[in-house]
Amino acid sequence: MLEIRDLRASAGDKEILRGIDLTVNAGEVHAVMGPNGSGKSTLAQVLAGHPAYQVTGGSVLYRGQDLLDLEPEERAQAGVFLAFQYPVEIPGVTNAYFLRAAYNEIRKARGQEEVDSMDFLDLLEEKLKVVEWEPEIMSRAVNSGFSGGEKKRNEILQMAVLEPRLAILDETDSGLDIDALRIVAAGVNKLRRPDNATIVVTHYQRLLNYIVPDYVHVLSSGRIVKSGGKELALELEARGYEWLEDAVGAAS
Amino acid sequence: MSSSVESLVNKEYKYGFVTDIDADVAPKGLNEDIVRLISAKKQEPEWLLEWRLKAFRGWQKMSEPHSWPNIRYTPVDYQAIRYYSAPRTQKPLGSLDEVDPKLLETYTKLGIPLSEQKLLAGVVAVDAIFDSVSVGTTYKAKLAEQGIVFCSFGEAVREHPELVRKYLGSVVPASDNFFAALNAAVFSDGSFVYIPKGVKCPMDLSTYFRINSAETGQFERTLIVADEGASVSYLEGCTAPKRDENQLHAAVVELVALDNATIKYSTVQNWYAGDEEGRGGIYNFVTKRGKAGTNAKISWTQVETGSAITWKYPSVILQGDNSVGEFYSVAVVNGWQQADTGTKMLHIGKNSRSTIVSKGISAGQGQNSYRGLVKVLPKAEGARNYTQCDSMLIGNRCGAHTFPYIDVQNSSSSTEHEASTSKIGEDQIFYLKQRGLNTENAISMIVNGFCKEVFKELPMEFAVEAQKLLGISLEGSVG
Repeated sequence: MLEIRDLRASAGDKEILRGIDLTVNAGEVHAVMGPNGSGKSTLAQVLAGHPAYQVTGGSVLYRGQDLLDLEPEERAQAGVFLAFQYPVEIPGVTNAYFLRAAYNEIRKARGQEEVDSMDFLDLLEEKLKVVEWEPEIMSRAVNSGFSGGEKKRNEILQMAVLEPRLAILDETDSGLDIDALRIVAAGVNKLRRPDNATIVVTHYQRLLNYIVPDYVHVLSSGRIVKSGGKELALELEARGYEWLEDAVGAAS
Repeated sequence: MSSSVESLVNKEYKYGFVTDIDADVAPKGLNEDIVRLISAKKQEPEWLLEWRLKAFRGWQKMSEPHSWPNIRYTPVDYQAIRYYSAPRTQKPLGSLDEVDPKLLETYTKLGIPLSEQKLLAGVVAVDAIFDSVSVGTTYKAKLAEQGIVFCSFGEAVREHPELVRKYLGSVVPASDNFFAALNAAVFSDGSFVYIPKGVKCPMDLSTYFRINSAETGQFERTLIVADEGASVSYLEGCTAPKRDENQLHAAVVELVALDNATIKYSTVQNWYAGDEEGRGGIYNFVTKRGKAGTNAKISWTQVETGSAITWKYPSVILQGDNSVGEFYSVAVVNGWQQADTGTKMLHIGKNSRSTIVSKGISAGQGQNSYRGLVKVLPKAEGARNYTQCDSMLIGNRCGAHTFPYIDVQNSSSSTEHEASTSKIGEDQIFYLKQRGLNTENAISMIVNGFCKEVFKELPMEFAVEAQKLLGISLEGSVG
């Protein structure tokens, strides 16, 4: 599904990604971990096409397509979804309206018919269950005045509605209390299918107790320094990132 | 909304066409003879001619206001303008069936069908003003059954002189300001509405203004009187052809809401704004004011997307006790447009209340100013005002300015002012793009959300049109 080769990217003059290699297949969950400033959020943003970052080298193939050649909305329409670390507020636009607009844009891009608001409400009712939410949330303005937990839940609701092929969760666990974390993680698990894939970007192992990854990658200074199975996350939890950074430093 | 905006994604100002029609025009320039000519063309009574002449003489002693408005333009050459242009007809129009088919075609092209059977049954009655004259008013007979008068200003002068004479200039005197004085001297036509005591007008009334001829100014005058306990909702729309020269539009609107009456006045202004270089476009200098009696309510809602220059301050004189004034405004500038717009709320009556919600959007090199005055006079005990004034910037070359004046002379009154300025951020746009919307639709969604409090005040059909217009006027505002 996704093949990242020697990906390099900068923000202004600062090089942040220094040659990332990563392959993600359908049905897999990959966790990308690393200390602050290691480049894990940048990787998520670059895959989604954030204009603040310039890709300076390497390639990203997504379902056989050059992902880097696509506009952010084209990536979304092709099934790439980013759950934001800091979801943005859109005052005056209701959640329902926004979600239907997004849903229909993606359908249109795929040559499918747009869905009217009545049919969409039926669909929403189902999807709200994924994040254990009441319909009232849909008449509130997008993320406006939402608590940190509500914003993250809203991201997962959007993911449930838009049914991405590749979902990238950027620090979705940050700022969540244990109940919200459980709901958000359960939502993500319900959406796992053999034909989609998930990249979970996180600092802490905690989230991975709920969303169990097939692979764990550790990022340091813009490179993947170690990959392994889910047990790698536990090892990191026990020994900290310094252990790995020291080991890498000694090796080079 | 996104799909309708998308279908309208063409940078062309689609109302920019010219109708080729034989017109009866006055020579260029302005002097007493022109004022007399206009009055004679309209077969006006002596008192009205005298009123015009007095206004003209007053105007000659005034000068175009350039010091205080936050707008820059070359002073208008008032001798280079024609003050009268009318589609030539053989005889006075008896009914819509006699209107030149070319004119009907023009309005159909503008999306304003004038044949009554084509209008949604009984929803909106329309008065259409083409250059200087009214070309037809729909549903007149139906409204007359309830004693409602809805006709062109010229017709009102002929048919209801006592009403016109009583209220003309009673809210905006001929000497009020430079543009109001000019209008009083040379106004050609406009709409007149009278709602009798206790009558609720059963449908929205609407005037559609169209400038067609080159080098012609448009000076219409609207007078709406809601008698005691009456109510009416009135809509105004405007377009003009694309021309390289600037054209002047100096209108006056007077609203009279007697005790317990309600007038709701909604405008969607889409005059031609000029080209990418800032050439051409309408200079829109408009005086709009209402006077509210005891328990009366006047509500202005405006969506201003067009014109090279907009200078207007729809205001309410809250004369009666418990009277209510409202001003809901969205003003958009893009390209080289400039707007200096806002309102005045003059609290005279006890417990009078006013609400001001202003949303200014600036894009391109546009400059947008909110200018408002809230004045509470000594006797206005318990008066209350709430003002909310929000500005949104799109891009780095535009400007937003706020000039709120608050003058309170009664200690039992309260005024509140809230203001905010925001910039559509890269992050907001990226968020929506990441959900599949393109840049234009993303901006349109953010802006429509920003304007929601104003749009919800508009009648349904107008709200839809306003949303589309916003999409079009902000087209290409973010590169």
